Amino acid sequence: MHELPQQLANGLALGALYGLIAIGYTMVYGIVQLINFAHGEIFMIGGFGALTTYLMLPSGTTLLVAIPLMIIGGAIASVTVATAAERFAYRPLRGAPRLAPLITAIGLSIVLQQLVWGFYPDAKKPLSFPEFGGDSFHLLDNLYLQRADAFILVLAPLCMLALGMFVSKSRSGRAMQATAQDPDTAKLMGINTNRIIVMAFAIGAAFAAVAAVAYGLDKGQIGWEMGFLLGLKAFTAAVLGGIGNIYGAMVGGVVLGLAEALSIAYIEEIPGMQQLGGGAWANVWAFVLLIVVLLVRPQGLLGERVTDRA
Amino acid sequence: MRHRSLLILTAVLTTGALTLTACGSRDEGSKGSGDSGGKTTVVIGVDAPLTGSLSALGQGIKNSVDLAAKTANKNNEVPGIEFKIEALDDQAVPASGQANATKLVGNPDVLGAVGPLNSGVAQSMQGVFDKADLTQVSPANTNPALSQGDNWGKGDPKRVFKTYFRTCATDVVQGKFAAQYLYNDAKKKKVYVVDDKQTYGAGLAAIFSAEFERLGGKVIGTDHVTVKETDFSSTADKVKSSGADSVYYGGQYPEGGLLSDQIKKTGAKIPTMGGDGIYDPAFISASGEANDGDLATSIGYPVEALPTAKKFIEDYKAGGYKDPYAAYGGYSYDAAWSIIQAVKAVVADNDGKLPEDARAKVTEAMSKVSFDGVTGKVSFDEFGDTTNKQLTVYEVQKGAWKDVKSATFED
Repeated sequence: MHELPQQLANGLALGALYGLIAIGYTMVYGIVQLINFAHGEIFMIGGFGALTTYLMLPSGTTLLVAIPLMIIGGAIASVTVATAAERFAYRPLRGAPRLAPLITAIGLSIVLQQLVWGFYPDAKKPLSFPEFGGDSFHLLDNLYLQRADAFILVLAPLCMLALGMFVSKSRSGRAMQATAQDPDTAKLMGINTNRIIVMAFAIGAAFAAVAAVAYGLDKGQIGWEMGFLLGLKAFTAAVLGGIGNIYGAMVGGVVLGLAEALSIAYIEEIPGMQQLGGGAWANVWAFVLLIVVLLVRPQGLLGERVTDRA
Repeated sequence: MRHRSLLILTAVLTTGALTLTACGSRDEGSKGSGDSGGKTTVVIGVDAPLTGSLSALGQGIKNSVDLAAKTANKNNEVPGIEFKIEALDDQAVPASGQANATKLVGNPDVLGAVGPLNSGVAQSMQGVFDKADLTQVSPANTNPALSQGDNWGKGDPKRVFKTYFRTCATDVVQGKFAAQYLYNDAKKKKVYVVDDKQTYGAGLAAIFSAEFERLGGKVIGTDHVTVKETDFSSTADKVKSSGADSVYYGGQYPEGGLLSDQIKKTGAKIPTMGGDGIYDPAFISASGEANDGDLATSIGYPVEALPTAKKFIEDYKAGGYKDPYAAYGGYSYDAAWSIIQAVKAVVADNDGKLPEDARAKVTEAMSKVSFDGVTGKVSFDEFGDTTNKQLTVYEVQKGAWKDVKSATFED
């Protein structure tokens, strides 16, 4: 148990990353009931936007200056692609049966991957991403916090706070809540629901760009394949936390991240479970947890009862 | 008796007639295409991951085969034959490899194929090539079962596919060699073994572990990672808290590079060792963390150090290829060259023409091929494995792989 604090830190950092991406799934689902499977690729494109920005900066720029610019550059790329996807792929299908936009999203995800693969210079192999120099923070005798992990652990709560304030306090945020509750009545009250939907896509994409920068800084590389698996995990986090609820996305992400880290470290120490532990089984345990949670609370940890919505 | 001789006579006549007509049509065909100047075209297929995270290795394989074909054409190695290559991308996916194998089999001009890179992909291709009697020479597959059957470990090696050959030594040789180096030379006693659950990685890790324990070392823990995942921090922390003095990773460089970096980020100053799957510059450039001290075994002596390889390196540079020849360039060149030599033998036996059953003849001739190649003496044993058992340990020093020990493996 000596390594517990370390594993908790690993799980939190991984979970915060899942949570930031999960925001995109949950916001879009909350408003248009669409599972935007292309969101993993929006995350990936955010990473490439950030890297492009970094490469355009004069060499020798310190990361302190570069990171905010990279986040902005990544967000411009991801928001542009996400809003374009909404306008040209999803909006024409607004009234269609729900399966149509879902399949569109899967197709879009493949298209976006192939576009980056084919047209971004040298993207056929992983590209190196700037990393923090310097040692990790030595917090406790048995707890080292890496700089990239510290970065996301500070940034994710700040982003959540800003989003929470925006949704509950601002005019657009309240319009967003109204649209989520009842789009038809919201429209009658004079809310431009199309604008609100675009806004939901844009906010999700911006969060994904932040996550992509944090991911790149941590792993030191990005690649065209990186969105698929992470997107799937983030979607799981959104369902786990209660899809449609922005705080649920973050809670679900953190729970999922912790479950993975702890199952890698401790399942194999349970007598008789040695074969079922370690990195090979982490995803299995994460999904076992998901199923258990959904059996007890079908609406997810913080989700609303589905019947309330209907 | 009379019946039998009649049968043989008919068979000979028919074969002869078919050969003549086939040759005629083949010549016409190549004249029709115009650019080969009356020569018969022989295509050497290439199957490797040309895109995706393993493309650094795949491109090196493709370019080296291309260089071998061009060299053979320039030297007029086989009179009357013009070599061409057809390179297909398998993205390290077994299903793609099988589709590519089918495609190569379907092209009658293909008389041999070089590839693939991954043992798992090879499994899906062997059967296709075997049915078509088409020779396959892999420059990089190291799983012993591919040539010696599933029971190789139980002392019952049996050749499964007569068309399968390889120019690199198997994991048995490599895993044991790594264990011997880590225990005897690097003086490490407690190793943590991680693999990626793939045919190559898991096999190599198991062979390494057995030999390391046989020598007297201790495998202090094991874990597995999933290909294409990137967060191994929990595994890295387990390694650190286990008190291991070294890590052995069975797998490829995309995950290996990240794993090594993440172990070092935890503050554990221990080296990661792996097989030829991590012996690539991309292992070091996977992320910014320094990899100095990490080790890898690879097959053969360093290409740069072999006198036979000097010409290869010069020619490769002169060829103007965009990507480096990477870990398997020399083996790929030798693999292609062995096919060229087999074609040469077949053509020489048939009065300077390709026989009708060229594929079967080439496969037959492969077992007799013997020449001094880029990586040393190239020939194949009764399983289709290389007879060359030279290995080298490389260490990362100042951000680059440097050879620290080369030896011929002894069991």
